[in-house]
Amino acid sequence: MKFITAVIKPFKLDEVREALSEIGVQGITVTEVKGFGRQKGHTELYRGAEYVIDFLPKVKLEVAVSEKLAKKVVEAITKSALTGKIGDGKIFVMNLDQVQRIRTGETGDDAL
Amino acid sequence: MKKLFSKLGMVGLLSFLLFGLSEVGMSNEVFDLSNGTMLLADNHIAVAPAVEAVEEAPTLDTGDTAWMIVASILVIVMAIPGLALFYGGLVRSKNMLSVLMQVFVTFSLMSVLWVIYGYSLAFTEGPYNTWIGGLGAAFLGGISGDSISGTIPEYVFVTFQLTFAALTPALIVGSFAERIKFSGMLVFLTLWLTTVYLPICHMVWGGGLISSWGAIDFAGGTVVHINAGVAALVLAIGLGRRLGYGKEVMAPHNMPMTMIGASLLWAGWFGFNVGSELAADSTAGLVMINTQVAAAAGVLGWIIMEWMARGKPSMLGGASGAISGLVAITPACAVVGPMGAIVLGFIASIIAYWACTSLKKSLGYDDSLDVFGIHGVAGIIGAVGLAILMAPQFGGVGYDDGVTMISQFMVQAKSVGFTIIWCGVISFILFKIVDVTVGLRVSEEDERAGLDTTSHGETAYHS
Repeated sequence: MKFITAVIKPFKLDEVREALSEIGVQGITVTEVKGFGRQKGHTELYRGAEYVIDFLPKVKLEVAVSEKLAKKVVEAITKSALTGKIGDGKIFVMNLDQVQRIRTGETGDDAL
Repeated sequence: MKKLFSKLGMVGLLSFLLFGLSEVGMSNEVFDLSNGTMLLADNHIAVAPAVEAVEEAPTLDTGDTAWMIVASILVIVMAIPGLALFYGGLVRSKNMLSVLMQVFVTFSLMSVLWVIYGYSLAFTEGPYNTWIGGLGAAFLGGISGDSISGTIPEYVFVTFQLTFAALTPALIVGSFAERIKFSGMLVFLTLWLTTVYLPICHMVWGGGLISSWGAIDFAGGTVVHINAGVAALVLAIGLGRRLGYGKEVMAPHNMPMTMIGASLLWAGWFGFNVGSELAADSTAGLVMINTQVAAAAGVLGWIIMEWMARGKPSMLGGASGAISGLVAITPACAVVGPMGAIVLGFIASIIAYWACTSLKKSLGYDDSLDVFGIHGVAGIIGAVGLAILMAPQFGGVGYDDGVTMISQFMVQAKSVGFTIIWCGVISFILFKIVDVTVGLRVSEEDERAGLDTTSHGETAYHS
C-alpha cells in the first residue's frame, strides 16, 4: 500500500478530486496549508508599508491506495493539477504499513 | 527623547510658518474686515424692521428639524460602526476588539461629557468668550423641549453637535491603536476634549476668536480633522512605535471590513456636512453634491498615484482616498462649487498619499492607521484650499464684501496655524501628564499577546 501526499494550487482541488474519483479512489483528506518552494512568496503593499508574504496558501491532499493504483493516482494528480507555471506543487509517495477501518476492524487493502 | 522633540519642533515650525505668513497679510485683512463690517452695519439699518420682525418669533421648521434628526443619526453611524470597522479592519486580528472598544467607549464617554459641560463651554457665552464659553448651560440647564436654536429644537442642535464632539476624539484612536492602555486613553481623551476640542469649537463655531477673524470652517476642518490629526501625530510620536514596526508583518487583518467602514463613513458624511447647514435648504443641496464628488475624486486621486508609483491600485488606497477627499471638502463644502470640490478632493488625496507613504517613512513615526496623514494633512489642504476655490471664477460662491482671495487665504492659514499650535502644545502637555500618572502604553508582554485578551478578556474570532 502507498500513502500519497500532494501539495497543489488551491483552485485545482476540484479538478484533482474529479480525476481521482474517475480512477476509482474511494476517499481523500484535504487540508488548507501554507508553505513555500521555488515559487517563493509575494509582496503586499499597504499605504506604502511593504510586507513580504513568505508562505503562500496551498492545499494538501492525502490519499491511501493499493500498490497497483498508486502509479495511476500520481499520474492523475500530475495531469489535473498542472498549469505549467511555477508553484504547481509536489507529490510525495510513501510506503504504508497498515490501514485499519475503525467501524469494521478490516485491515490492509480491504480497509482502503 | 531628543528625536521626539526635534520632530515636534518641526511641526511647530511648520505651524508658526503658516501663522507668521498670515500675520504679514493681517494688516490688510483687518482693514478689509472693517470695511466689511461697515457695509454690513449699513445694510442692517436699511432692513432693520424686517429683521426685527423675524427675530421676534423664532419658529420651528418641521422640515429642518426632521432633517437634523436624521443628520445626527448619520453622524453616529459614521462613528459606530463606520469608523470602528474602518480602523478595526486595518489592525491585526489580535487587536480587533480593542480598536472597536476604543472607538465605541470613547464615543459614549464624550457623549456624556458633552451634556454635562461640553455643550455649555462650546456654545454659550462666557466671561472669557474669546477662548471658551461659559457654564450657564452645564448639565443642559436652562434648556427645555421648547427651546429653539435657529429653526430646530435646541435639543436636536445639542445632539447634532454632540456627535461631532464624540466623533473627533474617536478619530485619534487610529494613531495609537495596538499599543494604548485603555484607562490612560480615556483619561487623555477626557482632558483633550476639555482643553482642545471645546475651546477650538467655541472659537470657530461658538462666536470666539477664530470666527472673529472671518475664518471659514463650514463642517469642521480645523475643529474636527486638523485637531484630531495633530493630536494623533503628537501621540504617535510620544508613544513610540509599535513593537516590531518595520520588521514584522502588520498588514490589515480584514480589508472588507475596512471597505464597509469607509463606505459607512462616506454615507454618514452627508449627515456631517449637509447637516452642518442646520437646515434643509438650497445650500444643503450644494453641500450634498460637493461632498459626493470630493469623495469620488479622492478615490481616483489616490489610486492613480498608487497605480503610477507601485503598479497596482489597492482597495485600501481607494478607501483612504475617499476619506481624504471627504476630509478636505468638510470645511469647504458650502463655499466651493462642484468642480472646485472635485479639484479639492483630488489634490488633497494625492498630498495625503504622499504624507502616508513618503512623509511618514522619512520622519519615522508610527501613526498606526495614518490619522495625521489623512485627517491632518487633507484637513489642512481643505481649510486653506477653499480660499482659492471659493472664487466665482472657479465656480465658488465668492467672497464677502471687502474680502479678497489673498486676505481669505491668510485668514484660513492663520486659523490652521493657530489650531495646530493650540492642539499640538496642549496635546503634548496632556500626553506627558497622563503618561506619568496613569500610563499610556501597555506592557511589552501585553502588546505582543494582543490587546483583545490582555485589555478586554475577549477574542474577536474563534476558529
